[in-house]
This record gives sequence, C-alpha cells and structure tokens, in this order.
Amino acid sequence: MAGNVWVLAEQWRGEVSEITYEVLALGSELAMALGVKLQAVLLGHRMESLAETLGKADGVLYVDHAALEEPTAEAQGAALSQLVKEGQPHSVLIPLTNVSLGVEALIAAELQLPVVNFCEDLRVVERRLQARCLLYGGKMEVLVRALREPVIFGIPPGTRPAEKGRAARVPALEEVAVTFPEAPAVRFTKYIEPEAGDVDITKQDVLVAVGRGIQTQDNIALAEELAQALGGAVCGSRPVIDQGWLPLSRQVGKSGLTVKPKLYIAAGVSGAPEHVEGMKNASLIIAINTDPHAPIFSLAHYGIAEDVLEVLPALTEEVHKAIRKKAG
Amino acid sequence: MNVLVLLRMVPDVVEELEVAPEGRTLDLQVLRMILSESDDHALEEALLLKERHGGTVTVLALDSPDIDDVLFTSLAKGADRAVKVTGLDMRVTSRGLAHIFAQTIATPGSLGPADLILTGTQAIDEWDGSVAPLVAHFLRLPFVPIVVQVAVGTSGGTATVIKEYPGGIRGEFEVRLPAVLGIQAAEKAPRYVPVAKVRAAAKSRRIETLPGPPHMVPAFVEVLQMMKPEVAGHAEMLEGPVEKIASRVCEILAERGLV
Amino acid sequence: MVPTTAKLGPVPGWAILWLVFLVAVGLFAWRVVFLLRLLRLGRPENRLDRIPARLKRLLVYVFGQLRLLDEPLVGIPHGLIFYGFVVFLMATTGMILQGLLPGLPIPTIEESRHLAPVVDIFAVLVLGGLVVSSFRRFVIRPPGLQLTLDATLVNVLIASLMVTYLLTTGFRLVALAGESRIWLPVSDPLARWLGGVESLRAHTLALHQMFWWMHVLIVLSFLVYLPYSKHMHLLAAPFSVFFSRLDPPGRLAPPAHGEGAGAERVKEFTWRQLLSAFACAECGRCERACPSNQSGEPGSPRQLVHNLKEQLLRYGPILLRKASAGANGGEPTLLGGLIAPAELWSCATCLACEERCPVLNEHLSINVDLRRRLVERGEVDPRLEEALRNLTRYGNSFGQSERKRAAWTQGLDFKPKDARKEPVEWLWYVGEYACYHPALHGITRSLVRVLRAAELDYGILYEAERNSGNDARRVGEEGLFELLRDKNTTVLSKALFNNLFSTDPHVYNTLKNEYPELNHGRHQIYHYSELLANLLERGRLRVGQKLAYQVTYHDPCYLGRYNGVYDAPRSVLKALGVKLEEMPRSRRNSFCCGGGGGRIWMEDTPGIRERPAESRVREAASLRGVQVLVVACPKDYVMFSDAVKTTGLEGRLVVKDLTELVAEAMGVGPQA
Repeated sequence: MAGNVWVLAEQWRGEVSEITYEVLALGSELAMALGVKLQAVLLGHRMESLAETLGKADGVLYVDHAALEEPTAEAQGAALSQLVKEGQPHSVLIPLTNVSLGVEALIAAELQLPVVNFCEDLRVVERRLQARCLLYGGKMEVLVRALREPVIFGIPPGTRPAEKGRAARVPALEEVAVTFPEAPAVRFTKYIEPEAGDVDITKQDVLVAVGRGIQTQDNIALAEELAQALGGAVCGSRPVIDQGWLPLSRQVGKSGLTVKPKLYIAAGVSGAPEHVEGMKNASLIIAINTDPHAPIFSLAHYGIAEDVLEVLPALTEEVHKAIRKKAG
Repeated sequence: MNVLVLLRMVPDVVEELEVAPEGRTLDLQVLRMILSESDDHALEEALLLKERHGGTVTVLALDSPDIDDVLFTSLAKGADRAVKVTGLDMRVTSRGLAHIFAQTIATPGSLGPADLILTGTQAIDEWDGSVAPLVAHFLRLPFVPIVVQVAVGTSGGTATVIKEYPGGIRGEFEVRLPAVLGIQAAEKAPRYVPVAKVRAAAKSRRIETLPGPPHMVPAFVEVLQMMKPEVAGHAEMLEGPVEKIASRVCEILAERGLV
Repeated sequence: MVPTTAKLGPVPGWAILWLVFLVAVGLFAWRVVFLLRLLRLGRPENRLDRIPARLKRLLVYVFGQLRLLDEPLVGIPHGLIFYGFVVFLMATTGMILQGLLPGLPIPTIEESRHLAPVVDIFAVLVLGGLVVSSFRRFVIRPPGLQLTLDATLVNVLIASLMVTYLLTTGFRLVALAGESRIWLPVSDPLARWLGGVESLRAHTLALHQMFWWMHVLIVLSFLVYLPYSKHMHLLAAPFSVFFSRLDPPGRLAPPAHGEGAGAERVKEFTWRQLLSAFACAECGRCERACPSNQSGEPGSPRQLVHNLKEQLLRYGPILLRKASAGANGGEPTLLGGLIAPAELWSCATCLACEERCPVLNEHLSINVDLRRRLVERGEVDPRLEEALRNLTRYGNSFGQSERKRAAWTQGLDFKPKDARKEPVEWLWYVGEYACYHPALHGITRSLVRVLRAAELDYGILYEAERNSGNDARRVGEEGLFELLRDKNTTVLSKALFNNLFSTDPHVYNTLKNEYPELNHGRHQIYHYSELLANLLERGRLRVGQKLAYQVTYHDPCYLGRYNGVYDAPRSVLKALGVKLEEMPRSRRNSFCCGGGGGRIWMEDTPGIRERPAESRVREAASLRGVQVLVVACPKDYVMFSDAVKTTGLEGRLVVKDLTELVAEAMGVGPQA
C-alpha cells in the first residue's frame, strides 16, 4: 500500500472531470516506471458509480460522507490528509483546476509535505520524480525535485491525452472512513449559473476568439462577420469578458469553457496559459497577433503576425468569395 | 472590519526573462519586479470593503528594492497602514513567503487583529505552493480560492464570497471570520491613483517595518535547472500582403472542408 | 435749442434727464461692480507683466479687429459696428452732457465740421453692417451662432439708435431751415426729404425733440442692458485681450499649490479664466473650428465657456454672501453638473479654438484644469488609465519594456551615436511612437540614412529616452508629467550635446516650452523639418533626383499653431521639387487629426459622424491631382494611414512622412 502513486479523481456536480483522466494517464506512466501501483482517490457522497470509470487505476480509495457533497477544499483536504497520513503514498497527483484548487496546499500545510505546482510533466529519474513546471505566464520552465516524500504535485490540464487515462476494466473499490470537523468554517450555499447565452460555444465547429488585440468593443463586429461567414460563433479570452464586451457564456479558458472545435481562429489573443487551457485541443488553430513572439504562436498551426483589424475583414471577404464560387 | 492585504512582487513578464549564469534562477540584471496582478485586485477589494463597512486596511509585504513605491501607492489609494518585513533574503520561494507572512501575522502585537486576510489567489512564480492557501493553513484559518466577490454579513462574523468555477459557473460560500481569501478579481477594476498622490504619500506617510521570523522554514523542493520553454512546435507563419494571406488561409480551410 | 430746456409737463426736461441718467448709470455701475466682485472670486494671477506687449495686443486685436477679419463677411460689418460704436460713444456723450447742463457751452460733435460728417456716415455704415450681420445670423444661420432673444434685441437696439440719431439730426436741420453750415452727407438729403413732407412741417421741433429723447433713452437703456446680456463682451473684451496670455500656448500653467490639482468650482479658476466667461460673445467661431465637435463628439469650446459663465452667474451671488451654509458655500461641482466629463475628454488640445477667438479667451486652460480634477479623483476612462500606467512604469504608453526603446536600430548598418556616452552636436529625441510603433520603424530608419548622408554629428539616448510628458500633462496628469520631466531632465543634463531636435511635434513642444532647465540653457530646440530645411539650404543635403509627386501638406497642431513653424516643412518640399497644393484648411487653420490631448489613447464615442482624421484625408483627396498627403508628425501618420483605409481612399491617396520623401529624393530610401 505504501509507496504508491495516488491520483485525486476530481468529480464535480456528479461527473468525473476530463482532467482526471489526463492525470490518471500521467500517474499510470509514473507508477509503471516506479514499479508501484496507481491508486485513484474518489471523494464524494453517494458517488460510487463514478469509480467504475477510473479503471486505469489499480484501485480506488473511496470516501463517502455528506460533508463531501459540496465542493469545499476543507472537506476534501481533511479527507485526503487522513488518507495520505495512513496510506503513505510515494506521491499524490492533484488536478489544478478551479474545482480542486486549494486542496493541494491544505495537505501540504497539514502534513508538512512538499507541493509542486504547474507541473507540465513528470519523469522518473533515478527512482525519483522530477517535475517540469511552467512559470511566469509560460515564459520560463524549472526542473525541480522534492526533498522529502510523499510529494504533492499540482497538475494543470493538458499534460496527457485523456483517452490514455481511460480503461475498460472496473477497478477494485475500497471504502475508507475518515473524520470531519464538526462545524466546517466554510459552507457552500449555492451555484450561480451564468445567464444562458444564445450560443453554446462548446458545441460549435468553428470559433473566432477575440482577445485584447481586438482593442475596442466595436471591432468585435469584425470577428462576428468572419464567424458568421464560416458558420461559427465568437468567443473570447478573459480580458474581453471582464470588460463586459462579451457575456460569460463566451469565455474560453480556466474560468470559462473548454472547447474543441474543428477550427479556432485566435484574433488578438496572446496565448496566456489560462486561455490556452481551454482551447489547446482544437483541431486547427490559426492565430493572428501583431507580436510575432506571442506565446499563441507556439501552439497554433498557422500564424499571422499582422494587425487583427486588417486581417479579419480580409479573411471575411475571401471566405465570401469562396462561398460564392462554390455556389455559382 | 479590519482587512489585511498581503502583497507580493513577481517578475514583470513585459521584460524578456533570462536565466542566470548558474542555470537555476532568473538573471537579476534584466529583471524588473511588479506587483502581482491578483494582489492588486485583492487590495482593490479590501478598499471597496472599507468604503462599504468602514474599518481599516493594512498592507503587508516583504521588503525589496521596489516595494516602497508599491506601498506608498497603496497608502495613496486609501490603505491605512503599510508594513514591510525587513532583514530577510528576498529570494525566498512562495512557500517560504507564506511562512513569513503566517509567522508575522501570528506574532501578537505586530499587526493587530484582522477579520479578513486578502491576497491574490495565485501568482506566476508559485511553483512550490500557492501563498494564499498556505498562509491560511499555516494559520489554521478557513480559505476560499478564486474569489470574485466579497460581502460581509451584518453581524460581522461571517462573509459571503463568490468563487469562480469552470464554464462561467460561480459558487457562493459562507465563511466564518477571520478567514483568508484568494482573490481572482475585485468587483471593480483596480482604481487609478494619480502620480501626484503617490508622491505626496511618499513625502507624508510612513512605512512601518517589522523584523522577519527568527528561522526560515527549510526548502522542501529544490530547483535543478531553469530554462526557456522548449517550443514544442511553432506555427507556420503566413507572410506577405494581407490579401494574399487571406486567400492562403481560405485554401487551407477549403482543404479541410471548412469552407 | 437743446431739447432738455423744454418742459415735459410741469418738470423741466433736464431734471427728468438727470433722474433717468443717474438711475441708468447707477444700475449700470451696480451691475458692473457685481461682475467685478464675481471675478474676484477667482484665484489671483499676475497678468500685469510686459505692458507694452499687452498694449500692442489691444491695438491689434481690439482696434485692429484682426481675428474677425478672417471671415470678411463677419469682419467688415463687425468692424463697422465697432467703430460706429466708438464714434457714437463720443457723439452721444456730447449730446447727453449738453442735455444735462443746457446752460453750459459744451462742445459737441454736431458742431464740429470735421467730425459731424463722420458720425453721419457711420450711422449708415452701421446700419449696413447690421443688415449684413443680421442676414448672416438669421438667414444663413451658421452653426454655433445662436438665434437668441438677446442677440435679436441687441441688433434692434443698435439699429434704432442709428435711426433715431438720423431722425433727430434730420429734424434739427429742418428746424434750422438751412442755417447749418456743416455738411452732413446723409442728414442733409434726409432733412430735405423730411422738410418736403407737408404733414410733418408743423411739428418739426417737437419731432426733433421726440427723437432726441428716444435716442438718449435708448442709449441709457442699452447702457443698463449691456452688463446683463452677452453684449457685456463689449466691456470685457478689451480687458480679456489686454490680460491675455503672453507666454507661448505650448506652456501650460502648472496647477496652484495646495489642496487639489485642477478646478471644478468657481473659486478654483483664475480671475482671467472667469473673465473668459464675460468676454465671450458666443460667436461660435471656436465651435465651428473644433475637430471633435465637428465630428459629433460631445461638448465644444463655446459650450465650455458658456457653462462656466452659467455656473458663475448662478452660484456667484451665493458665494459672495459670506455667511453661506453647506459645503463649498452651496456651490455644486461643475463636473457631472453643468459639464459632463465626456465633453472634457473629447478635446484634442489642437488649439483651433484659441486661434480663432476674437477676444483671446483661453479655452484650453479651463479644459485642462477640469481634467486635472477628474484625474485627481481617479475618474479616468480605462484605456486612458492603461496608457497612464504604462507611461508611469515603462516610460512609454505602449506598455513595452524600456529596454526595447532602441530596438528599431537593430539591423542598421550605421547605428546612431550614443549621446549618453559620447558628446554630440545634435541630440535626436526620437519619441515613443517612432520607437515603438511598428508602422513607423521604416520612417525612423530612413531618417538615420538621411542624416548619415548629411554627415550630421548626432546621437540618441537609446534606452534612457522616455516619453516627454506633453500629452500626460494635457490629459491632466500633472504628477506624471513632473515625474517624466524630472527623469528626462536628469538624463538630458548628463548627456553632452549642443542642440536638440525631435521628429515628434508633441515632444518638440514640451521640450521647447515646458522644460525650464533646457530652455534656459544653451540648447536650441528644433523640429526635424527645421533641421532638414537648414541642411538643404546649406547644401549639406543634396537632392539627387527631384520628385515628381503632387502633394499636399498637413500642418501638425503642435508644430504650427502651437509653435509657429509653417515654412520649414514647405521649404523642404520645395527643395524636393514636388508640386505643393494647399488644402483649404492649412497653416493656422489646419484641421487636427484628432489624436492629441491623449485622444489617441481613448475610445471614440460610439456613433460619431466622421472622425477628424477621416474628414482631413477626404479634404486632401478633394484636391484633384494630389496623390500624397505629407505629414511631419508620427501620430498624424498613424491616424491618417488608418483613416485612408476606413474611408476607402486606398489607391487614391497615400500618406507619407516628410522623411520618406527626403530619403527618396536622396536615394537612401528603404530600397536603397
């Protein structure tokens, strides 16, 4: 039991998050390299059925308690701390998302364990784990190693393909009891849904994304025209939504939606990690940005280092031409 | 309503970042530090709470060459006290910083009681743990991350906060005070304070100092190497006059049946 | 036979005149004293320096009516009315004195054989002037010129004064029955005609007296009405001209010391700014010249001054009563009250308003003081705020690293000397747009090649160069301006150079006018067009191949109106051999691109008619044959290039900087 690789299976509102499978894929690699088992940890209330999807793991540790019904880091952290103390794994991989954020620090503080954030990749080197962390908005990487164990790793989205974390088998389920604080200091009251947008961007095949490079709210019309011509919709990065130029339902990224369209045109988007998280798996990414060093260009398939306000109308016109040619 | 705001300086990524010759840290020559963006929001949220409920706002930071300007700016914006922890090596990691903050706050008589401790929910250099939750848990205080709105209950013993979830969904939580909140964004954009006011604050206001904790927490994580990210790939750049680029793009789209 | 010797009922005429006269003068004086007390609410300011220059202004602008002659349709009638007024002032004073003291031998103009004809002719000239000006006001109806009761009343009063004067004189001549030995070119034929009318013959004397009384009473009523109407500009204008600003317009007055930069209430403005309110004749010339107003942005210079006047007249009385309760003596703030902040932010500081104002009002300083207060309160549009933050931190509004300031020099065969390290003859202050804006790099590099061909000994400050602060100051961020100026002054004092030139008129303006340490030093400060003109003249630059373009030239606001440099760029163009055709709005009437005063950092108001830059490029394109719009300011280049695209004029008009043409003519252009 001790010395295994653990993965916290993130579940939210009754579903296992996509990122869980990514982390399971990573965890499985590490477990294999270390010659140990992969254990998934599932925390919730009446969620056993979800454990069936975690077949990539050798086993699932399950904690069922009403306190885990709602997503507070306190409850999850309390549970995971006790499990880790008892189980003494080699390392614990925790998804770094809006849902699970905070859990990793809680255990680290509680048990005096090292925690490593922003791990883009983990490798086993001489039977120890080395993590490659992406820092400073994506501008620098550090290779780090923990000085004691167990180690907590915070894993952002996109480290491994989710398919690699799924498996057909149903893993063994072990239910464990833990104690919870009587009166939690943080109490979840309710979810606030965003206003239903007219468009569900996660279901679009074509998305034209606007970032700060669009400069003004009026210019979004240029993106609208292109989106319309291509039969898609407009979405935006956080700064555009914060300004109120687009509703929340159009936000792509860490606090927004994750999209996987066939075509993603990033107009005036710099490519900050929080945004990239939400769209990196698009099939074809074309980026337009006046700054040829913008991070988006390392991700995109095609890049155009010109003014967005010139390129968008030009593209729209070409698309119209092509459509007319096809029709006529 | 006494609010404590924790401020940190992070590398300004507008500048080019370079690796120092020893290969494990940032080259200080080309480095410029700037206040972490979400800490700026934390300060704004604290000032908004003060405007609504009265009380005081205290800002706390680690001493560093550029920190005075940041602290005077906070005072010019409306903070009541600015305190810096001196006598320590500023090259401390995020976990170390969290420890320093926690120790300073816990030391009786240094800062006065705080009902709320606000700081940015995350910063760009926190590879060995985020400061916000670590401070909370070192102090054994309740914590909520990614907060975008704070409302204080009439009794003053609890706060209602709103946290961001994916997909534009938000969650509402009730938190028993005192508590630590990781602020993602303030309810309003951080206010502008004219240069003249900052300069006036630099002349008339005082920054208090506190000594650092006697011993530093040992590092739990070591850096083996720092390097520029290997660019896995790069976009094929399309060049030439805009019209030509546009028609090339159309060709590409047509090839894939998107047009 | 003075009319007041006759009795009106039981009372002698002169007694009644005395009564009316004293009441009228009393009311007039009381009102004028009140207006003066309102002016004294303002902050002190010394405008009594350089008196000879001030007297010259009086001569040129008041007696010479210089600004009004811009538009002859206005200038000539107004001139006639103005001089008519002066003449009639003398004539009527004589009449009234005579009426008050009928026994005394008071010399009047009527009795002067040289002056009487002049008054006579002026009566008709003034009437003629009124016809033209009324036609303009009521039929042509130029925008900005308002149809108010006030204006109509004044026109009617002046006309009736002329008519009553003529009739008084006419009937007097009839009564004298040819005994007058003074030739009156208008009144003589009038008298002959009047004398021929049978029905009037019996009442000649009575009619003369009646029209005399009418004339005097109308004058006295006018006297009383004057300080209540916009015609108080008659009283105030000579003072506003005398006390006008002698410093160059490019030197803004710093804010007063003490509490709060800027102004939002009456007492925070200077007395001269408040005087603008009384001197303003509401003629609307400033509004018609204002590029922001013409494009549909809110506010106008006229409105600004008018609202200040409103505030002063409405709340001044309350403030004068010392025992006033309430904060600020009960005066609400102008900001968000009579003046919406949007009106203040729409100003491009182009100075067209001040250039046209006949009474030399200072609209810009009022606007900037109000902006200073908005900035102090932190009420700044988000995009502007971002620019200010960037300026504070990075020394440029683009938010790019200071270290990249000289990135444009990369790849040049011969880099400019580093003026921080070695002494140079000329310091080239490049300016942030030329350094950071990608569209301008080619031009900046071309100038390097040109200067090299001229073998000019010059250098640049590389990364030590920061924004000069011109636009930060005009946006109202005085603290930021001072910060930038302090840093720049330190850098400049350490560099070794003789003279300085800049490619950016905004930089040129502030370095020339607002950097005391530079100004009082040995350094001469130029715009690069002046340098190029000089080099061409002296043969240091040789034109290899004359250019065959047909061009028009846009005078940048900060080069032309602000600093009077109109000829240097034109002489450069002449030396290049291009054919220059002037736009209708050129030189002092140049129409701003709309980018100054921080506008280039702000959002356009949605739904405006036509941006100033668009109007300007259309104006250039309206000149048939003109292919090139030549600019000498990087912001103009950016604004006009953009406007050419948005107006669909690509292919018809191309925007080029002066440098590009010079480089081409010398064979050192980008292709070289």
